[in-house]
Amino acid sequence: MSDRRTISVTINGETFEREVETRLTLADFIRHECLLTGTHVGCEHGVCGACTILLNGRTARSCLMLAVQANGQKITTIEGIAPNDEELHPLQQAFQDNHGLQCGFCTPGMLTTLLEFLQDNPDPTEREVREAISGNLCRCTGYQGIVAAALDAAKRLQAGA
Amino acid sequence: MGAKMFGARIARLEDPRLLSGQGNYTDDFHLPDMLEAAFVRSPHSHARIDGIDVSAAMAHDGVVAVYTAADLPENLRDVTVPFQVPNPAISQPFQQRLLENREVCFAGEPIALVVADTRYNAEDAATLVAVDYEILAGADNCKDALAEGAPLCHADSPNNEGAKYTVGYGDVEEAFKNAHLTHREEFWVHRGGGFAIENRAVVATYDELDDMLTIWSATQSPFLVKQNVVDMLGWESDKVRVIAPDVGGGFGPKTVYYVEEALIPAIAKELGRPVKWVEDRRENFLATNMERDQYWDMQIAVDADGKLLGVRGSMIHDTGAYMPWGIITPYISATTLPGPYVLPTYELETRVALTNKVAVTPVRGAGRPQAVFAMERLLDRAADKLGIDRAEIRRRNLIPTEEMPYALGLIFRDGKPMTYDSGDYPKCQVEALSLADYDGFPARQNEARGKGRHIGIGIANYVEGTGLGPFEGATVRIQPSGRICVYTGGGDSGQGHWTTLAQVCADKFGVEIADIDVQKGDTAKIASGVGTFASRIAVNAGSSVHLAANEVREKAIKVAAHMLEAAEEDLNIEDGRVVVKGSDLSVGLSEIARAVQGMPGFSLPGGVEPGLEATHYFSPSQSSYCNGTAVVEVEVDPDTGHVDILNYSMAHDSGTLINPFVVDGQVQGAVAQGVGNALLEWMIYDDNANPVSATFAEYLLPSAPETPNVAVTHVESPTPINPLGVKGAGEGGTIPAAAAIISAIENALSPWEVEISGAPVTPSMIVEKVQRS
Repeated sequence: MSDRRTISVTINGETFEREVETRLTLADFIRHECLLTGTHVGCEHGVCGACTILLNGRTARSCLMLAVQANGQKITTIEGIAPNDEELHPLQQAFQDNHGLQCGFCTPGMLTTLLEFLQDNPDPTEREVREAISGNLCRCTGYQGIVAAALDAAKRLQAGA
Repeated sequence: MGAKMFGARIARLEDPRLLSGQGNYTDDFHLPDMLEAAFVRSPHSHARIDGIDVSAAMAHDGVVAVYTAADLPENLRDVTVPFQVPNPAISQPFQQRLLENREVCFAGEPIALVVADTRYNAEDAATLVAVDYEILAGADNCKDALAEGAPLCHADSPNNEGAKYTVGYGDVEEAFKNAHLTHREEFWVHRGGGFAIENRAVVATYDELDDMLTIWSATQSPFLVKQNVVDMLGWESDKVRVIAPDVGGGFGPKTVYYVEEALIPAIAKELGRPVKWVEDRRENFLATNMERDQYWDMQIAVDADGKLLGVRGSMIHDTGAYMPWGIITPYISATTLPGPYVLPTYELETRVALTNKVAVTPVRGAGRPQAVFAMERLLDRAADKLGIDRAEIRRRNLIPTEEMPYALGLIFRDGKPMTYDSGDYPKCQVEALSLADYDGFPARQNEARGKGRHIGIGIANYVEGTGLGPFEGATVRIQPSGRICVYTGGGDSGQGHWTTLAQVCADKFGVEIADIDVQKGDTAKIASGVGTFASRIAVNAGSSVHLAANEVREKAIKVAAHMLEAAEEDLNIEDGRVVVKGSDLSVGLSEIARAVQGMPGFSLPGGVEPGLEATHYFSPSQSSYCNGTAVVEVEVDPDTGHVDILNYSMAHDSGTLINPFVVDGQVQGAVAQGVGNALLEWMIYDDNANPVSATFAEYLLPSAPETPNVAVTHVESPTPINPLGVKGAGEGGTIPAAAAIISAIENALSPWEVEISGAPVTPSMIVEKVQRS
């Protein structure tokens, strides 16, 4: 009874071609079809932000998109942020150095949101960082370490640029 | 030899894999041939079930099985969640059945389980299960629920009172007779939840070859899950393995045991295929335990100097429809109220009300934020009426440091007298006030008022019993490779156990923390365990690691003495090697570990037991009492009711610190939850106890813009209760937060003489109070 389509989505440089139900969410496609489980699902109604991915470089809530809408598009997830298996991206390193995560569940959405934000605003104020992640809920850190990490990452990225 | 690891402010070992998407949370498991489950849950807070028809659901695409209570194996049909902590004060200890088919008592109670090839098909089919309900009136707020003629939570019970008890000491009557001033006030603290960003989840698989049931659960307490699976399903203990993999936040609700954690394994065994169930957020709002709803009717008596003479009153605690955790939460409330103060007389009657809501079990703070709210509000009122500064009235009543250990006069829930083991309460308050520049506040307030801005300051103190028994153990083992492994029973839901337990262990062998693996939350890795809750892991598991590592160190030296032909007292451990002091002679831990594996036909060196390992189960004689002071400065807009937290200062004493970086994070995160309790989080029900705030759009969690940076200063009063001197640190930030924030709001609005007797306080409530004044 279900309507199915074959789609092709490039995630972190790798192309995934799958036949999927048209109702399959993009989050479930990434997690359960492509087995990239670093993207997390926390609320399934677009509020918590844990499922945020980069779709052609811009943030999107993968729980509010259908997989078929991503056909032919390029996606970056948390697994695709680091330059290689040995090194962390400066933003990831700043998260570790500033205690920007505890349980790690909101982390994929925080990283993708901040990657986009720091590209748009390389030298942000604390207030701007807090606004930027206002659509991402973290229950562990009280955001203090995350905000410190974002400000630290901005400095590192500028120094490296 | 490396720098000392214990006490060092160092980044966590956990982070690189979590930052690169390599964690393994329960929903990340994809087992071959795995089925997915969805629940049919009651849409009504209270109803009788007259019939259930699953035929349409059974016929749906992909459906493998549909279970109602009647379809379960006979031994599971009427089994209920085991009653964890009995107490003679409990008169009606209602417990939940696996699936209900007679009377549902909260919206969200499971009625049927649909198992299908995909979650999508399981959810589709769940909507096709037809349940014939006879809707009954629901018991909503706990105060009304205890009134004569209230709708009954359980239709066949005589009333809604689940338990009743009184705690106290001293002659309260006499104290009130002699008082210079008394004040009476009612307080409401409202219902909220833990709301970890990861919902609950269970994956179970049964292996016929070795008759073994393996369960992965997003739980704080894998050993508790195991114990309950054994009890409820009638399983042999050594045929069940429970693993808490990476867990995406806990905050209390994942401590306790849920029916889903028995049903999913039972069905996996029944069907002979792995089954996964992942709670969605709506289910989390309906069926994961919550806390906080309490109504207090309290009186305070003080002398002319503001010295406490007595506190008395009554409290009604909302326990929801079931009591899986007994009266632990309200009992903690009742025994928390005296806090850090010399309170000569005290009496509190507690009544526990059954309501048609999901059960109440501890959420971060566990009954303490409510008690602190009541006590600190009473002190604010007494200060205002006597014209004494709010910090000063507290200072006059704090337990002097030289009186430690201090016997409170109360009996704790373990039946033992409550004795604060250590702490410097006056110093903590001084440090917090200094951090907040309390003395400079009147000038700041005057200046702000001159500009038409309304700022206020508030203060609250608390004492928290942490590090509860019975035990949490640890095995320290040096592998033949030389790598050190630590095994412990409690799961990790973000606390950083790998890092902190490695810090406890590393110095014993002169190694870096990166040389140590910590495996936690797996019942196959250590014989016994309890769980990660009640701020207990650093105290219990930390002490066990310390004791076990010391024993391994002694054994390594003993064996090395034989291998090196040296006297034990001439040996030391440096950089993972046992060295003869003042010489080049040494032997590595790896070689020693290999030596004690034994060689066929030969004795073990030094007559030691095989294996370079030791296990300890540290069991504390009582709680170690953590304490702290929160001082909060806010700005309130009287026209919009908006509250902006300008400064949040906290002096925190959790004894010796293993890693200040991690402790700061715990305090900051706990404060954020307290901000939610003070300003945002309110689980709202209609008059019939049906939930009306069941999404994150209606129930608001603190987000980054409204969460303050927290300035934390640590006072370190080591506890004599455990060998490390550590106390729990995970909940202290939450406990005084609502009391301090709301005190600050009142202070900001003092021109309007606004009084706030409940939490949370929302913008519309503030505007209404300002307009009414």
